[in-house]
Amino acid sequence: MNREIEYTGLAAIRGPLVFVEGVRNVGFGELVEIRSSTGELRLGQVVEVDEDSAAVQVFEGTSGLSLEGIGTTFIGRPLEIPVSREMLGRVFDGLGRPADGAPQVTTDVMMDVNGLPINPYSREYPRDFIQTGISAIDGMNTLIRGQKLPIFSGSGMPHNRIAAQIARQARLLTSGEEFTVVFVAMGVKFDVARFFIDSFEKSGVLENTAVFLSLANSPSIERLITPRAALTLAEHLAFTEEMHVLVILTDMSNYCESLRELSSSRGEVPSRKGYPGYLYSDLSSIYERAGRIKGKNGSITQIPILTMPSDDISHPVPDLTGYITEGQIVLERELFNRSVYPPIAGLPSLSRLMKDGIGEGRTRKDHAGLAAQLFACYARVKRIRSLASIVGEEELTELDRTYLKFGEVFEHQYLSQGEFENRSIETTLDIGWRVLSVLPEKELYRISREDIQKYYIPSEEAQ
Amino acid sequence: MKETVRGVVTGVNGPIVRARGLQGIRMLDIAEVGPHRLIGEVIRLDAESAVIQVYEDDTGLKPGDEVSSSCRPLSVHLGPGLISNIYDGIQRPLVDIAALQGSHIRKGVKAPPLDMKRRWHFTPVAAAGDVLAPGAILGEVRESESVLHRILLPPGLSGKLERLAGEGDYTLEDDIFGLQGMPDFRGTLASFWPVRQQRPYAKKVSAGAPLITGQRIIDTFFPIARGGTAAIPGGFGTGKTMTQHALAKWCDADIIVYIGCGERGNEMTDVLNEFPRLTDPRSGRPLMERTVMIANTSNMPVPAREVSIYTGITIAEYYRDMGYGVAVMADSTSRWAEALRELSSRLGDMPAEEGFPPYLATRLAEFYERAGCVETLSCGEGSITTIGAVSPPGGDFSEPVTQHTTRFVRCFWALDKVLADARHYPSISWIDSYTEYIDEVRDWWNERDASWFDTRREAMHILLEDDRLQQIVKLVGPDSLPVQDQLTLFTAEMLKNGFLQQNSFDPKDMYCGTAKQIKILAIIVAFHNEARELLSRGVDLKAITSMQVVGEIIRLKSEVGDHEVQLIDEANQMMKSQFSALNAEAAPAGGGNREGAVAP
Repeated sequence: MNREIEYTGLAAIRGPLVFVEGVRNVGFGELVEIRSSTGELRLGQVVEVDEDSAAVQVFEGTSGLSLEGIGTTFIGRPLEIPVSREMLGRVFDGLGRPADGAPQVTTDVMMDVNGLPINPYSREYPRDFIQTGISAIDGMNTLIRGQKLPIFSGSGMPHNRIAAQIARQARLLTSGEEFTVVFVAMGVKFDVARFFIDSFEKSGVLENTAVFLSLANSPSIERLITPRAALTLAEHLAFTEEMHVLVILTDMSNYCESLRELSSSRGEVPSRKGYPGYLYSDLSSIYERAGRIKGKNGSITQIPILTMPSDDISHPVPDLTGYITEGQIVLERELFNRSVYPPIAGLPSLSRLMKDGIGEGRTRKDHAGLAAQLFACYARVKRIRSLASIVGEEELTELDRTYLKFGEVFEHQYLSQGEFENRSIETTLDIGWRVLSVLPEKELYRISREDIQKYYIPSEEAQ
Repeated sequence: MKETVRGVVTGVNGPIVRARGLQGIRMLDIAEVGPHRLIGEVIRLDAESAVIQVYEDDTGLKPGDEVSSSCRPLSVHLGPGLISNIYDGIQRPLVDIAALQGSHIRKGVKAPPLDMKRRWHFTPVAAAGDVLAPGAILGEVRESESVLHRILLPPGLSGKLERLAGEGDYTLEDDIFGLQGMPDFRGTLASFWPVRQQRPYAKKVSAGAPLITGQRIIDTFFPIARGGTAAIPGGFGTGKTMTQHALAKWCDADIIVYIGCGERGNEMTDVLNEFPRLTDPRSGRPLMERTVMIANTSNMPVPAREVSIYTGITIAEYYRDMGYGVAVMADSTSRWAEALRELSSRLGDMPAEEGFPPYLATRLAEFYERAGCVETLSCGEGSITTIGAVSPPGGDFSEPVTQHTTRFVRCFWALDKVLADARHYPSISWIDSYTEYIDEVRDWWNERDASWFDTRREAMHILLEDDRLQQIVKLVGPDSLPVQDQLTLFTAEMLKNGFLQQNSFDPKDMYCGTAKQIKILAIIVAFHNEARELLSRGVDLKAITSMQVVGEIIRLKSEVGDHEVQLIDEANQMMKSQFSALNAEAAPAGGGNREGAVAP
């Protein structure tokens, strides 16, 4: 564009922000190119603008920049990335530029990384069951196509292995269709990224995967763009190319820390734990990009992964995430320590979209009742366990002891499974009934009589 | 109409825009900003500049861009066509926007809130020559099968009716009426009202009847009166939205205004899919025919989230003024408070608690105070019942929004994480919740069943006793308790599973009529009393708890429909005969001192 003028010199540098004075005709949110005296090019975005000055957030960070000799050019439009089907099988950096040595993808389609909110009226309500082959998910916290279902984990727990297992095994029951994967790494170590790439390679989905890497050694502010760039590609694939896209975002805690860093250097009033008051709105501008749209075939399913600092689920990041996403898969330290894989916590995990995605014609008629009953019984097991730890098992009633036995069987036969074990939904439900049949029939008050008659295994047979 | 003033943008910081040169603009007036003519509201004024909060994404806005304003406050357009519609926070119709722009919302979109071309059948009630007071009924329009829309003389207007259109079909642009002495005035079927201003009424009156919701724990234990206020606080995953949906579906209000404020897009879609299919248990018509929806989901612009609450309640007041009982569901007021916080922080306000602005409590109070039962200007009694969800961070009820809300609501339905984890829904805690409306609704219930109040009290007593005993059980185990106490634990379990827990997907259980509620509660309390009697005669507790009727009682909620409540009487007979049988077995042993048996 002709109107591009290069301004020379900066008025101030503060954290990831630079201030340029004497500027004219600069729009809020537009893209900025910053050229250092050595000719190195960095990208930034206008975050505040006055009549003659602009504050610019530099994605690559400000280290090495000086006030003199810096050229800034305002591009006149927000950050856009090229999107195309050709981007599958490729690796990109945190700003969506090729990072695998191959040339830039040739396409005419450029899209604003910030996306646009989906009109709630145009959304299609997600109802298609995705079989992940993991009983704890399929049976009790069903993943639905178009859902955003995060994994809340803690340091050292196998969230990456679970996410890779989901990416490997996820299928639609109805068509057996596979997913296109968009993998986004934010502030994680190289070996984590390597693990995912290897795992995609082994299962042969790598050429169907786009990888966006902003690793731990990349500038922190870049991470604010990474998920947006990746989701922009995902939106193109889902709603223009009509593909089913599974987006794995790891680790959202790092993203939020970058946001906190930026907010603090802008001198904003912090809310909880120093995070900005708009953390909720900012996170929802990422998570709400999942979904389905009426009249379009594609879908975006998101699995954000986040590590809870000291396993604290009330920390602002998991807390605000849980308020936006449609449920959560919570990993539990105690199960992990007892070597249960996957250590998916029975009670705090939840899938909000499960209710409409299961049942007759989708999974099986008894699914809802069975899941509700397992939850209720397992809740009671937890209660009895804490009682038993005080009064001793001998003091418990016979029924309570039966419940404890149920708890053991549930954790070892239902929750536990191999990393490469792919259970069909039928198998999951049948194991559920086998586990539930440890309990006397009259304890099953959340299941219809009809289903009990059909599936319950009376104790003589169970022996 | 006032003339248009113009100015220029001098600075942009997110949704906060500074402008200069807007002579004569007032606080809370609407301005159109930049080349896309984005809608904004003036929130601060000083000598040289005005601060405008823009309701749309303002990326690309530059200093020097034009700002114009016709110096009018943000208003909603009120008239036939609101019902069944879905709006964003500033009353833009999302269905029309989808038709204009496709699946995503772009900035600067303009669409009239009401269909100006549609013809409505108007039947006059007043006549030319009548001298009318503000709010008088001019005529009626059948807006949907469920809603008769009364066309009122807008508040602020009065006088002698010079002309009134005869019965016929009119659009919202057609001239319907005129008043003497106002030659330029053309009255139409619709009118404007500023959202931040309460609509007038004759006087507030006290509530009498409960709002029946079909949810047992609410109607029986923590009822809300028509015109009341309630809060539903709960951490994520405790079922706030599920509870709000259940209330919006089944409560016996005439009109529902559902405000999705900063929540999930898919949840609004769920409502949009479900409401046209579900039928109102009273009128038999689709629920959508009595519902207005405001959807400002979490990824839509934050300032519009702040105003969505006011847009919703103003629409509710409009229908209240026609003499209807309106229920407003706001999900969630915490997101609204966060929008306040975000905007105040961008303005550089000094924060009070947790970054929230000091005026948070005042704003909450103003919002809840717009609820109530009123005597309208001309249509008899109308009411607004307001039910706000609260999303406390970390599920901690001591945070500012929950704490301030409890000061202004009289009904508190606390959601409990432990119940939600066990998938006991609705997960309303019977220990932490409260209602101040019992005295107001007591007469209404007593007319239906004179024993209601006592039965409820006995059941509540069992539940509270259970909570106390559970503390002891945690230390010594249940077997060490006296049998009478063990029975209390058992009955409490029956109440939880057979009464409090309600399955919103079970066709017979999702809505529970008052007659069925009374009968199920009565049978469980009767069971408890009979069992106590038998225990005192020496009957073994295990023999009582393994009675076949116990399982039947727990299943009554899902096996007996509202039109077959006599089946509960049959279960009652069955229970009596099983108790007699137990009693007869016990008689030889305990027969000697039968006369002396005393219930504790």
